[in-house]
Amino acid sequence: MAAKIEKVSIVISKGSLEGVYPGLIMANGARAEGMEANLFFTFFGLDAIHKARHEHIKLATVGNPGLHLATWAGGLPGVSSVMTHYLAHKMEQLDIPSIPEFVEMIADTGAGLYACKASADLFGLTKTDLIDQVKDIITVGEFYDMAAGGQIIFT
Amino acid sequence: MPTASYAGSEVTVNDEGFFTDPGQWREEMAPQLAAAAGITELTERHWQVIKFMRHEYEAKGTGPTVRVLGKTSGVTVKELYQLFPQGPAKTAAKIAGIPKPRGCI
Repeated sequence: MAAKIEKVSIVISKGSLEGVYPGLIMANGARAEGMEANLFFTFFGLDAIHKARHEHIKLATVGNPGLHLATWAGGLPGVSSVMTHYLAHKMEQLDIPSIPEFVEMIADTGAGLYACKASADLFGLTKTDLIDQVKDIITVGEFYDMAAGGQIIFT
Repeated sequence: MPTASYAGSEVTVNDEGFFTDPGQWREEMAPQLAAAAGITELTERHWQVIKFMRHEYEAKGTGPTVRVLGKTSGVTVKELYQLFPQGPAKTAAKIAGIPKPRGCI
């Protein structure tokens, strides 16, 4: 059998629903396979671990050609909320957890959650703004130290 | 198809070591399967998960994922990973003699 991946470090850099879920699924899946996994939230990806914002992450309905919705229509007030609500309903039917629940579950699997220092500084966030499961706010150098010997996945 | 011997019986397994015929599994095989997966002692909590895996497989034809285990087996996700550090659904399925659960979440 080919060599197994032992460790992954996954960067979540986007703050849209479709930007956050793939990284969460990959981190959770890595733990389910017995790999070590760490998650790093940077830039708008920080919203996924922001106490006040992680319940309000929306699907991007503008500039998202995959949605097959005219950009002008996606920009109408409320469209993003409606589409997000619709998708949340579909996900619930498939038993896909909401972002806050999923992040908490991933922390429970033993994966490490970290926030990017440059982004936290930029947005004026401190550890108290972030959910309790976040282990630390770290620099890019510390991220590379932690990621050493494993695979890095940027989303 | 590869075979393996557990508790004195020859069984068929796939390349990853999962039973291809769950009917060949017996409880006495579990300790040896667990030891091969790095678990030296099967506690009552391990057994709760293993039996749940068997039950779910018999009822649904597929083993539960970690998410489903955490919600319905009576063992939390956190404890599941303490019991089966190499991946709860995967390891427990192997010990329970059922195919590897397929599911992304």
